[in-house]
Amino acid sequence: SHFQKNVDTTLTDGSSFNASMQTSPASMINQYKFEEDADTKDIFVTVDNPESHVTAIETYITYRVMTKTTRSEFDSSEFEVRRRYQDFLWLKGRLEEAHPTLIVHPLPEKFVVKGMVERFNEDFIETRRRALHRFLNKIAEHPIFSSSEDFKIFLTAASGELTSHKKQGPGFLSRMGDTVKAVAAAVRGVRNRPQEFTEMQEYVEAFSQKIISLDKVTQRIVREQKEYLEELKECGPTYALWSQSEEELAEPLKNVAGCVDRCCKETEEQVKNLSDHLIPVLHEYVLCADTLKAVLRRRDNIQADFEAKTEALATKKANRDTMRDDLDKAEDRLEWANNALKSDWTRWQKVMRTDLRSAFVDTAERNVSYYEKCLAVWESFLHSQRTDAEGNGKVDFS
Amino acid sequence: MREREMQSRGTDMPTQERKLLLKKMEISVAEAEKRTGKNAVNMQETYTVYLIETRPVDAASEGTNPVPDSLWRRYSEFELLRNYLLVTYPFLVVPPLPEKRAEFVWHKLSADNMDPDFVERRRVGLENFLLRVASHPDLSSDKIFYSFLTEENGWKETVFETGFQAKADSRLKALNATFRVKNPDKRFAEMKHYGDELQSVISQLLRVRARAADRLYGVYKVHGNYGRVFSEWSAIEKEMGDGLQSAGHHMDAYAASVDDILEEEEHYADQLKEYLFYADALRAVCRKHELTQYELEMAAQDLTSKKQQREELATGTIRTFSLKGVTSKLFGQETPEQREAKLKMLETQIEEGEELVKERNAECEEFVKSAWVDIERFKEQKDHDLREALISYAIMQISMCKKGIQVWNNAKECFSKM
Repeated sequence: SHFQKNVDTTLTDGSSFNASMQTSPASMINQYKFEEDADTKDIFVTVDNPESHVTAIETYITYRVMTKTTRSEFDSSEFEVRRRYQDFLWLKGRLEEAHPTLIVHPLPEKFVVKGMVERFNEDFIETRRRALHRFLNKIAEHPIFSSSEDFKIFLTAASGELTSHKKQGPGFLSRMGDTVKAVAAAVRGVRNRPQEFTEMQEYVEAFSQKIISLDKVTQRIVREQKEYLEELKECGPTYALWSQSEEELAEPLKNVAGCVDRCCKETEEQVKNLSDHLIPVLHEYVLCADTLKAVLRRRDNIQADFEAKTEALATKKANRDTMRDDLDKAEDRLEWANNALKSDWTRWQKVMRTDLRSAFVDTAERNVSYYEKCLAVWESFLHSQRTDAEGNGKVDFS
Repeated sequence: MREREMQSRGTDMPTQERKLLLKKMEISVAEAEKRTGKNAVNMQETYTVYLIETRPVDAASEGTNPVPDSLWRRYSEFELLRNYLLVTYPFLVVPPLPEKRAEFVWHKLSADNMDPDFVERRRVGLENFLLRVASHPDLSSDKIFYSFLTEENGWKETVFETGFQAKADSRLKALNATFRVKNPDKRFAEMKHYGDELQSVISQLLRVRARAADRLYGVYKVHGNYGRVFSEWSAIEKEMGDGLQSAGHHMDAYAASVDDILEEEEHYADQLKEYLFYADALRAVCRKHELTQYELEMAAQDLTSKKQQREELATGTIRTFSLKGVTSKLFGQETPEQREAKLKMLETQIEEGEELVKERNAECEEFVKSAWVDIERFKEQKDHDLREALISYAIMQISMCKKGIQVWNNAKECFSKM
């Protein structure tokens, strides 16, 4: 049925054209609703509860994926399954295959090589869990992806079911064929790229640079703050040591030691916040930039394919009917791809803006909170000295 | 504020009020200037001179506001003054000078003696030194100090004419005493130990603080990169552009704010440094006590041994081992005349010895009395000043936090317009 169609179209014309969708590009545009109807949100997905599994060959983590939905195409209103990272990768691959010029939100990377983070380190798992949660929610919020059959199966199928469903995808050979054709198309290159896509590419280049810079700057800030923290950690104990030699000064010195120690804790939390909240989001958008580049490349390839077929029709004499058929299909595919990309581009920009805005607002709020807490610490010190001093009549605060 | 503070402290000691120079005279180190000239080995050198201004207190209160008297002095002259005071008043905790070379620096730049920030901080430190001396109940009435403030020419010669350098204790002598003294006053031994601890802990604090300041500088400055990237990014965005651009400005402001913050912290470091050097002065008084105590002990010991010798000679018994005793055993005893002469000599020596012990004992007691008074005064001053310093540190931290809150609230507003 539905699956057969997929397989057929993939084998015959080598493109990942999803024939289960309506063919007219115009009607397709109507499917995109860009107004965020938060009230009409009818599916809620959460990723939590990481668990470690040990088998003879490997150790891996699974996450609980819970779905609550009122959609009619789901058999039930609540689902709970366990999924591992590989499963998420599979889902992403399926969505990209089905919709080459739509923008799929990136997954967290397989593992972090730079920081030599242990794969099963608590912080790493938590960061990944949050990223997987964001990924599924982005899929659920996407007008096209959220109605994907693969997405539905991902959310609802038992592990065994999912495994067998995975095996039914396009075969290895056809995927090889796709790759070869894609490379060939890339080599051919596009001749008349519409201006708007060139502008898009320029934007993506620039955006990519900026977001990479922001990621680097933020990581540098985290490093500097960690080094600051290391030094600050020695201040409190030094004041405490000093207090041991003093009589009158012992109390204020101990007090200052306590204040410095409290500020250390706040600084530690602030560093963690940056690492846990801002950096993962920036990192995701670095990956997004790569996704956008890939999407633009795929669109170019589709256009290159169309241009090649146009040329072939103009120059070759044999098989003109078949070639005309192919050309029509290629033209449809191109129009489809272009419209899909244009619509999704607008949607993506909105989402990007929302995500980055809230990430930076969040960071600013946390910084304010950090300074407010430290302020309170030092004000309490002043207060204690004031009440002491006023009692002893020693100090004039004017 | 310092001056007012100094003057008000004078009222805590009503008996010494009239002695305080600061009650009669306003003192300040108003300026610093670079000079070049030939030094002792006839080579060109560049050095800094400081302008000392003085003005009678009454004149200012009368409202006439006359031009202050002034003269220029360089750091080495301050050092000379202090050395003179150290030797002349070994029982007093003499206020320290600001450091000769910049140490515990958090930023490599300010390690240079010619650096304008260093010179400025030194100017403040020198003024502080003069004010401390001028508000000390004993030091403030010293004539050499007065002429340091008022006589530009010939002051150096006047100092040398006092012959103070001859009175200085040799280091070796002092070290020797420290090791060999048997019964130093317990309080002084404790004070010396306290001085050691104070010096050690303040050094550690200054080191740690300098390293932390260095790091904090890095944290703030990196935020400047946000400013740059936001600005560049805003150029390619339509709706987000304004929010990003203005947020970038606030990030630049945040990065720039650290310079003032750390400059203020330097004042705190200077306050700590003063007491770091004060610890040294305190230990010097304790060492001097050890020396006077040791000299007393030596004199007493000498007296005891002389008395013993007399006894032996008088009774003919030899209880102490002496070469004379052995040789007389081997080669026969002395004649009665020889013994008589010896006894007489010993008597004289014993008399002199007793005088010496009396003298040294009196010296010691006098020293202990005066020194302890000043140490108590110093303790009170230290407790007061360092508490103030801690309070001003807290105030600085609060100010820094308030600036941080303001910047990030502003940035938040800009971000929400993205």
